[in-house]
Amino acid sequence: MTPDTFTRSQWYAIGRLPDFEGAEAKPVRLLSQDLTVSDAAGVLSVNDADGRSLLTQIRYGHLWTTLSDTPRPLYDVPEFDEPDRRLVTAGGVGVRCSGLRCVENFLDMAHFPFVHTDILGVEEHPSVESYDVSMDAEKDEIWATKCKFFQPMASAAASGGQMTEYKYRVPHPYSTILYKTCPIREDVWDLVGLFIQPVEEDECIVHSFILVFDEENTDTGLLHFQQNIFLQDRMILENQVPRKLPLDPRWELPTRADASSIAYRRWLKANELQWGVALFNEAA
Amino acid sequence: MIQFHDYPLSGNCFKVRFLLEQLGLEYQSILVDFYPGYEHKSPRFLNINPLGQLPAIMDKGRAVRDAQAILVYLAAAYDKSGKWFPRDHQGEVYQWLAFADQLTGSISAARLHDAMFYRLDVSKARTEGIKLLRIIDEHLWFAEKDGHDWLLPLPHPTIADVACLPYIALAEEGGIDLAPFFSVSRWMERFMRLENFKPMPGMMPLQMPKETP
Repeated sequence: MTPDTFTRSQWYAIGRLPDFEGAEAKPVRLLSQDLTVSDAAGVLSVNDADGRSLLTQIRYGHLWTTLSDTPRPLYDVPEFDEPDRRLVTAGGVGVRCSGLRCVENFLDMAHFPFVHTDILGVEEHPSVESYDVSMDAEKDEIWATKCKFFQPMASAAASGGQMTEYKYRVPHPYSTILYKTCPIREDVWDLVGLFIQPVEEDECIVHSFILVFDEENTDTGLLHFQQNIFLQDRMILENQVPRKLPLDPRWELPTRADASSIAYRRWLKANELQWGVALFNEAA
Repeated sequence: MIQFHDYPLSGNCFKVRFLLEQLGLEYQSILVDFYPGYEHKSPRFLNINPLGQLPAIMDKGRAVRDAQAILVYLAAAYDKSGKWFPRDHQGEVYQWLAFADQLTGSISAARLHDAMFYRLDVSKARTEGIKLLRIIDEHLWFAEKDGHDWLLPLPHPTIADVACLPYIALAEEGGIDLAPFFSVSRWMERFMRLENFKPMPGMMPLQMPKETP
């Protein structure tokens, strides 16, 4: 399948800047297409298989490109410009499932006690309390707010269990950002997010980042916290069937805790996204 | 105190962490940015291990490198019970330590290819990994038939089991299906039920009952 217009019109992160240092036509795959990245004296360029030069931009610690000549603008994350925040980029990790599945897993709090046991949740506190989901119509993005979850070790800087408050944002079909209570500063949020590079319909590379206030941990400590969590997710993601995301409500039954995922699926459908979606009739 | 150069996502580091904790040894974990920083290839780390590989430990002013060698070193130096490295089974222990090294060269390589884009022949790595799984599965089938739970015919696990466990438990991360290997699966489950076993990411984290009713 060729990517639908909504998928094709997006910007995609394809790696961190150090990944392309001195690159000479380094192969990269995006939306089932072979691309190359080259570094000419610090200027990065991306070409498709026909030698056509693609649009690029460097933002949020990553190189972004798009197959479209008239892409939708890349969403704003003003927190990246705030002083004192520390950015750690965790490097791409290959995952054998649709990138849409990764976004949905990221939005799900119910799995914390069972997959991230004793870190993001404990089995004694498995319930997901009600939270709000809304659409920001102007920016065309989804927000889940007032999410609360008991977490024994909410971040690398946490020193004990706390009721963590979360906000989730989905500004892009393949990006999602979590805003969570900062354990060491009041009235600010720590950010954790995924920039997903869809490789095939059922295969992706997840570039994750953390953007936090933390005075205690080394960059490597922050990196390992993030990688530990994501590799726990990877195992679960690779065991989901089907590997593409089902949008047909006859296929997977959501519960109240899945309100954000319901909104995400509806939003994908409303935008007529088809690439990476499992078709109910094909399975039957 | 023992200094342990550690990467939480490395199966070879898991082996060392597991034994340090089983032996109740105090240690200081020094985190190494293996991916995406490749810090194990940096001059700082090459001073500790010129091979640029994890894990490595520093103990009493000396560096010991290589997961299997560290298991031997720790068990020989600190395990008063003699259970982890039984002296009258040294040949068999070394045989499985060498086998563990082959698991690193095959299953671990496939995992690094799939998750972290190492450039290598992944189908060759998987084929080799499956060949090794058949060998260890057959060994464990006969062991179970003779009433033994572990790689050596002893009533407790040894560093042979510790060395072989992680990359087998992580095989699916490298695209190798463990379902056909029944004896291996049962052995893995027994290992994960050991006191104070902590799974690393990629190993099934679900808590299992300590006793089967």
